[in-house]
Amino acid sequence: MQDTENKTLQIRLLKRMLLIRRFEEAAARMYGLRKIGGFCHLYIGQEAAAVGVIETLDMKKDYVLTAYRDHGTAIACGMECGPLMAELYGKESGCSRGKGGSMHFFDRKRHFFGGNGIVGAHIPLAAGVGMAVRHRKSGGCAVCFFGDGAIHQGSFHETLNMAKIWNLPVLYICENNRYGMGTDYRRVSSVTDFKAAGASYGIESFSANGMDVLEVCGITAGIIKKMRSENTPAFLELKTYRYKGHSMSDPARYRSREELDHFRDQDPIVMLRASMEKDGYINEEQFKKIDAEVKKVVDDSLAFAEESAQPSPGSLYEDILA
Amino acid sequence: MAVITFREALRQAIDEEMERDGDVIILGEEVAQYNGAYKVTQGLLEKYGEKRVIDTPISEEGFTGIGIGAAMAGLRPVVEWMTFNFSLQALDQVYNNAAKMRYMSGGQFSVPVVFRGPNGPAEFLAAQHSQALQSIYCHCPGLLVMAPSTPADAKGMLKTAIRNNNPVVFLESELMYGLRGEVPEKEYLIPFGSADIKRYGTDVTIITFSKPVKMALDAATELSKNGIEAEVIDLRSLRPLDEQTIYNSVKKTNRCVVVDEAWPYASVGSHVAFLVSSICFDYMDAPIQLVCGEDVPMPYNHELELAAQPSAAKIVEAVRGIVSN
Ligand SMILES: Cc1ncc(C[n+]2csc(CCOP(=O)(O)OP(=O)(O)O)c2C)c(N)n1
Ligand SMILES: [Mg+2]
Repeated sequence: MQDTENKTLQIRLLKRMLLIRRFEEAAARMYGLRKIGGFCHLYIGQEAAAVGVIETLDMKKDYVLTAYRDHGTAIACGMECGPLMAELYGKESGCSRGKGGSMHFFDRKRHFFGGNGIVGAHIPLAAGVGMAVRHRKSGGCAVCFFGDGAIHQGSFHETLNMAKIWNLPVLYICENNRYGMGTDYRRVSSVTDFKAAGASYGIESFSANGMDVLEVCGITAGIIKKMRSENTPAFLELKTYRYKGHSMSDPARYRSREELDHFRDQDPIVMLRASMEKDGYINEEQFKKIDAEVKKVVDDSLAFAEESAQPSPGSLYEDILA
Repeated sequence: MAVITFREALRQAIDEEMERDGDVIILGEEVAQYNGAYKVTQGLLEKYGEKRVIDTPISEEGFTGIGIGAAMAGLRPVVEWMTFNFSLQALDQVYNNAAKMRYMSGGQFSVPVVFRGPNGPAEFLAAQHSQALQSIYCHCPGLLVMAPSTPADAKGMLKTAIRNNNPVVFLESELMYGLRGEVPEKEYLIPFGSADIKRYGTDVTIITFSKPVKMALDAATELSKNGIEAEVIDLRSLRPLDEQTIYNSVKKTNRCVVVDEAWPYASVGSHVAFLVSSICFDYMDAPIQLVCGEDVPMPYNHELELAAQPSAAKIVEAVRGIVSN
């Protein structure tokens, strides 16, 4: 019984991570073909973070916010690939009607609150969502992802202090992928153990291997459970890695081949697949089948984006005021 | 009608809206236990408790963003900035989150939040604490901006602002909180985009808002002694603007003086002057005048600081320059 449960869970996690990977690969291809423009930050390598965390949430009552590297997080929240790809194409059928683009995916109904392009600017928003959730007594939490670069913004420090003095149900997750653009986090951090930043505000703080989706699931489930019963904020650092450049225009020459190889060996998808094969949850043929399914979903999203209409010129003036 | 202060009018508006709607909360520095730096929120903590009347640390960016996030998730926060000078620390949240959330989500979110507090020059406060920052907020699509000049307007406009589903920047003034005026007993609302003609006249239109409305009225009284009858328009709503009221008046008087406490470069005043010049061009008998804050930081010395601001005398002079009688 335990085993079938594990198997079902792990297949779900694998599928989600693979879907993100294939979606991002397709986005990169289409960027190369100039179907997609502007800033486009891929989540390749970090899949275990969003997928592992969001697996433990109840998206009926919980909320998720992230920064501009939002494709994977949006997919992990259950957003469909078609409207996401269409958004990258700037089409009317995009999740934000073609007005947001890569950095501004939103799905209010699914409780995915963006998609923010200003480093650190969504950190207070998440606390506000936490405040509303508490006001409504709906029992949910807000989960806020941000990067190692954002942790040095004033908004982070101001907000963690308030989240603690008001005990807002917000989980702050620093996805430490080691770089803020080209800057190694160790070059710009007086304290490199980020748990200390959370703890300095009296917030219970944790750290985990963000390349291991099962570890992410495990630690987050415990934190969320505790947050729900004790009504407290929490902080979690997920140590992760992005395999691509900061954005599509970054060749990432600031890091060594050795470093990249070191982290490639910890690819979250490869690792989960290997462990599932070892446990007999999956074989090569089954993996290929899942991969084919996922690729089909991504191909369909491309077709959807291609076929969708451009926004009407009149929509320029729509959606400014309620 | 009861005669109350501007401060009391604002308090009544907040109080009535908090009573009407449990989702209205207020947060800011010193708003709760201290009863507000300018006592606008006096008594609200006692009445509504600390879950709805919230003292924040001195973290403008943080608590402004929290107000915006709470609005995105369904509350109707009133964010009090101790003064607009400090709102500059929160400007990113206002510009990049509050004003843009609806647009960049393709219309999914509304952000019903009010940012309010004293704006504009006060006295003896020098360069950092005595600034008229309306131009910055009026510049940005996605925001609504209001600036009342009387207690009655303040009450009706703030209630409207709190009920509106968009981010509203609500400009008050330190020197106006003690101003007294009649306020209707019955509930009333003053909509966006409705200017108010505070004085009727035929010879010149003086267009202004907030604290300078009183200067304009004083100037009109003075001008009237020489037979010049000025019409004084109080814009009240700066975004959206009630353009029709402006044009109707200028087309009648054929002369226009715009008064704005802000610096002249890219201001509400310069924008209104531009609109009038392009729409009413054929009706103008004289160039439009702009009476505004001098293009300098505010000095501490009282004589100098008065010289840096609009005044009734400066308005009179500007009118005399374009009206021959
Ligand atoms: C306030 C602000 N400053 C600078 C930028 C430009 N910028 C975009 S992403 C980035 C690096 C952020 O790194 P990190 O927080 O680690 O996130 P990651 O890209 O690694 O996911 C910078 C400097 C910005 N978007 N916002
Ligand atoms: Mg980073």
